Amino acid sequence: MKLHRIQALLFRYLYIYPRSIPRILDIFIWPLVDVLIWGLITVFLQQSRPDFPLSLLLGAVIFWDFILRAQQAVTISFMEEIWERNLFNIFVTPIRLYEFLFATFLVGIVRITLIGISLGVSSFILFNFNLFSFGFYLVPFVINFFIFGWILGLLATAILLRFGQSAQVIAFAFTTFLQPLIAVFYPVSALPKFIQPIALAIPATQVFEGMRMVILQNKFPMHNFIMAGILNIIWFIIAINILYKMFNYVIENGKLLKLVD
Amino acid sequence: MLSLLEVKNLTKTFGTFTAVDNISFSLSEGEILGFIGPNGAGKTTTIQMLLGLIKPTSGSVFIFGKDMAKYRNEVLSEVNFSSAYVSLPGNLKVWENLYTFARLYGVKKYKERVSELVEFFEIGSLFNKMYGSLSSGQATRVNLAKALLNKPKLLFLDEPTASLDPDIADRTRKFLKQIQIEQGIAILYTTHNMMEVEELCNRAIFINEGKIITQGTPNKLIKKYGLQDLNEVFIKIARDI
Ligand SMILES: Nc1ncnc2c1ncn2[C@@H]1O[C@H](COP(=O)(O)OP(=O)(O)OP(=O)(O)O)[C@@H](O)[C@H]1O
Ligand SMILES: [Mg+2]
Repeated sequence: MKLHRIQALLFRYLYIYPRSIPRILDIFIWPLVDVLIWGLITVFLQQSRPDFPLSLLLGAVIFWDFILRAQQAVTISFMEEIWERNLFNIFVTPIRLYEFLFATFLVGIVRITLIGISLGVSSFILFNFNLFSFGFYLVPFVINFFIFGWILGLLATAILLRFGQSAQVIAFAFTTFLQPLIAVFYPVSALPKFIQPIALAIPATQVFEGMRMVILQNKFPMHNFIMAGILNIIWFIIAINILYKMFNYVIENGKLLKLVD
Repeated sequence: MLSLLEVKNLTKTFGTFTAVDNISFSLSEGEILGFIGPNGAGKTTTIQMLLGLIKPTSGSVFIFGKDMAKYRNEVLSEVNFSSAYVSLPGNLKVWENLYTFARLYGVKKYKERVSELVEFFEIGSLFNKMYGSLSSGQATRVNLAKALLNKPKLLFLDEPTASLDPDIADRTRKFLKQIQIEQGIAILYTTHNMMEVEELCNRAIFINEGKIITQGTPNKLIKKYGLQDLNEVFIKIARDI
């Protein structure tokens, strides 16, 4: 792992942020829209159930955004190189695939930090919701969600490598497909019985279950977090293996210059 | 003379189709080798194999005496590549692009190196422009600057002058000639412009349907076929098979 190469890529992705309107929207406007919608739904629910906790939906949508944005940080970085016909240039430098992936991981951290601030501030101003009311629990939440988002990013990138640019819609919608199973806004018990074990095999589902325990029962469900940690490790190993397989597929089949079409 | 590149029995099949068929050749220090042949002959596939971005079906590639299958990343720090079919990110400025690649190659004192190249290729006025806004001639010069950032000993150029007007193409060749003379860089060069090969290349290899048909200095090839110029040689070879 060479620091100068990772730094090179990190700068390369951050150069574009200040002057790219879609990216600024991504960080500041979309999170605000999410907070508005779920905050207002909560206000509406509180009209008939005054004790409905503010954090249940607002906390959920904020954490959901963490996952989604972490995933996008990886996928967009990669997509960016395909769009710009630059992937070949990158891989004729001495860079290794894992260095590239690590750089996208760091881009993700930068994005999440900015989006986290944007979400935290807007939900505080608009609905007087303090994200830090989760206190210490925020740390395991954020780490687990972020890692899971990154894993989804690796899987989406694997799809791009295997099927090229034409699969970008799938690669980007991928995380949203999983959303019902992740049980972001409702407990796993609301899902059909036979789907529940599948849902619980997803690391983020465990964390959202844990989050609801914290909010509704003020208990920290250690087992959810241990499960989430173990599942994240398993998912990560699988995702990284799939990604390397797909990269080898590209090298084997001479697809690196052909990902564009 | 020291051989920088040794290619032995290199073959690539995609399914049942053989794109590159058992080719062997070498490239010496300071030599510009024209790698020419009709569309679909297998030039780009070969170059990608040499750079380790397509896995050969069989055969070997040694660069600086090192097996690319084993020492790829080490070798790549002293090699570079440019082509009209890849581009640098259009949403980065020229300097951002050059700094990024200099850092990727781990160039020491990279700002100085970039300044040298900017001066050499006369792209100072483009330094602050977005790469995406450049004309193809301007972009080509920036691409070449990128390709020289790490002072490569071996340079792969796949149709670098495609889409350039004759004037800019001529200036680009002068740059390349100067680099070869001053820095002794070896270049593997593909083009469809035979005049360019006569002017620039010390030696040329003709390939067609993945196989090497003939090779030699441009003059020898013209004599061998008893023709006027390399263009006629190209047409004869392309049609006779
Ligand atoms: N990934 C691939 N899968 C299947 N066939 C391929 C692949 N890449 C190249 N080919 C085929 O291999 C042959 C050689 O292609 P290549 O791009 O190497 O030719 P070339 O000599 O560079 O041609 P040009 O002068 O047009 O650039 C072509 O017939 C092409 O269709
Ligand atoms: Mg080609």
